[in-house]
Amino acid sequence: MINGVLHPKNVIAQLVQHGVSHYVTLPDSETAHMYQALMDEPSITLVPVAREGEAIPVAAGLFVAGQNPVISIQNAGLYEAGDALRGLALGIGLPLVMFIGYRGHNRKGDTPDSAATILEPFLHMWRVDYFVVESDEDLDRVPLAFELAAKTNQPVAVAIGTEYAKSDKAIGAEQGGAQ
Amino acid sequence: MITYTDACRVINDSRDEAVVVTTMTQTKYWYQISEHPDLDIGIANAMSKASSVALGVALGKPERSVICLDADGSLLMNFGSLATIAGMAPENLYHFVFNNGIYSVTGGQAVPAPGVEYAKAAEACGYASVYRFDDVESLDSSLSEILSSPGPVLIEIMVKGQPQAEGIDQTWESNAKMPLQLRTLRKRLTGADDWGPGGPYL
Repeated sequence: MINGVLHPKNVIAQLVQHGVSHYVTLPDSETAHMYQALMDEPSITLVPVAREGEAIPVAAGLFVAGQNPVISIQNAGLYEAGDALRGLALGIGLPLVMFIGYRGHNRKGDTPDSAATILEPFLHMWRVDYFVVESDEDLDRVPLAFELAAKTNQPVAVAIGTEYAKSDKAIGAEQGGAQ
Repeated sequence: MITYTDACRVINDSRDEAVVVTTMTQTKYWYQISEHPDLDIGIANAMSKASSVALGVALGKPERSVICLDADGSLLMNFGSLATIAGMAPENLYHFVFNNGIYSVTGGQAVPAPGVEYAKAAEACGYASVYRFDDVESLDSSLSEILSSPGPVLIEIMVKGQPQAEGIDQTWESNAKMPLQLRTLRKRLTGADDWGPGGPYL
C-alpha cells in the first residue's frame, strides 16, 4: 500500500509550467481522474488514442510540427507500444516525457501483477531512464524528467505509482448529486 | 488497377506544399517523384505507424496540409488509428491507402482478408469523406478538389500487387536516414534548428 495522495491539479500544474501542448493518452483506471481534470485545462489538448502503440508516433509527429507533447499510458500498454518506443522514440532521439501508469505497484515487490513486476526491468532493458512518483511529495521529480529528456534527446518515463485522487470538481459533483 | 508510379505522379502534381508521410513500398516510388524532399518523411523504422505520425503532424500544424501514403498491410497493423484520426478530425489530413492485397516487401503473401474495403472502414469510423479509385484518370481528375476539401479524407487506391524482392528502401540505411529527415522537417516547419542529436543513428 502506498501512503500519500497524488492530485491531478498538481501534475497538471507541472505540465503547464513546462509548456506541454498535447497530452496523448489511452486512459486506464488509475489515471481516470487525471483525464477528467485535464478536460478542464484549456492550454493542453487531449489526444485520445485507440491503442497505446499509437501514442509515441502521434507524439513524434506533434514534436516535428513544433509542439510539446507528453504521453500517458499504462505499463501494460507500454509493453504493447514496444516497437514504437524502439523506432520512434529511442531510434530518432525523441525528447519525450512518458507518464506510465504503474499498475500493480505496492512497493513491496510481492505483487501478483506481472504488469508491475516487469516495469522497472523493462525500462532498464530498453535503457529508458525513469522516475517513480507515488504522491504529491514526489512531484519535484517531474521537472527532472523534462530536463533529462531535453538534455539527452531521449524518452524519459515518469512511473505513476498510485491512483490519482479525485479532483475537487469531481468531489463537488458527487456531493451535489447526493443531495 | 493503378501503378505505384502513376499514383505518386498524380499525388505529386496536386501536392503543393503539403507534408508527405510515407511508408514501405510507397516510400520507394515517392522518393523517385517527390519535388520537396525537405517536406517528406519516410517511416522506415516503425512498421505501420505512418498514419499516427501523420496525425501528429496534422494536429501540430493545422494550417498545412498533411498527406499520408499508407497501405493495406500497414494499416491492418494499426487499424485503430482510423478511429483515432476520425475522433480528432484534423481537417488538413489526407490519408491515402495503397491497396494491393499483399505484403510486397516480404515476397507477396496475401494480407489477412484481402477484400477489406478501407474507404468503407474509414467512413464507418467517421472520416469526413472517403474515395476509392481503380483507374488513374479518375484519380487525376478528382484529386485537386479532394485535397481542397476538409479532412480527414481517406483515398483508397487499388494498385496491382507485385512482390518486391529487392529495391525497397527499408534497410538500416533508411532507418538511419529517418532521424535526420525528421529534424529537417521540424526546422522547415518551425524555423528553429533546435533538435540536437540523439539515439543510435545521430
